[in-house]
Amino acid sequence: MATKKFMYLNRRSSFGTVYAIESLEVVLIAAAFEQDVSLAFIDDGVYQIVEGQNTDGIGMKNFSKTFHALGDYDINKLYVSKESLEERGLSESDLMPLVYEDEDDDWAEKTSIKVVTNDELKAIMSEQDVCLSF
Amino acid sequence: MAQICGAEVDEEGFLVDLKDWNKEICIQMAKDDDVELTEEHWGVIDFLRDYFEEYQIAPAVRVLTKAIAKKMGKDKGNSKYLYSLFPYGPGKQGCRFAGLPKPTGCI
Repeated sequence: MATKKFMYLNRRSSFGTVYAIESLEVVLIAAAFEQDVSLAFIDDGVYQIVEGQNTDGIGMKNFSKTFHALGDYDINKLYVSKESLEERGLSESDLMPLVYEDEDDDWAEKTSIKVVTNDELKAIMSEQDVCLSF
Repeated sequence: MAQICGAEVDEEGFLVDLKDWNKEICIQMAKDDDVELTEEHWGVIDFLRDYFEEYQIAPAVRVLTKAIAKKMGKDKGNSKYLYSLFPYGPGKQGCRFAGLPKPTGCI
């Protein structure tokens, strides 16, 4: 099967709408078909991967834990907008330590997160076959 | 809606409320599928339940195989071994016994 480059744009925070969890579900489905998948976190989407989320008070499933499984699904390209982080007073150290094991480097653990400027992100987006916005 | 040991299950036999799960239900589900649960089955079922607790999803078969190889050794982390335990698929049948939802992307 031909492999396509899929990018999922995540632009909304985790729990106010259903977009974040739906995006993650579709990402996992696409991964099962062994496509080249990357994720981008822009605008309020950066809140999706902030460390220390707690949903006890709202009675919803804390699916932020699921992002830690992405490495096992060979999804290890998570681009985060530098500008979006800065606008919200966040930095890379506020994000969950999301990692994958590099098969070609003796299973060394490496970070999946890459903070990029919006210009860099634009260039990465233009290389994709499919961009899906959530 | 159908029930197993008093717990509601959906049309494919998966638990509606994951909190209902207990070993009795698991054993009954296996019995209905003509599977007798051994220590080896429980090893995989416990693994699936731990995985769900940690990641909040039921793993895809490919991911499950890899993760089991890592934790329990290569002789167990392969499809042949897992399918010998769960003939209807370690993902679909294993997750159902373990009280997990159907794996995402599983058709």
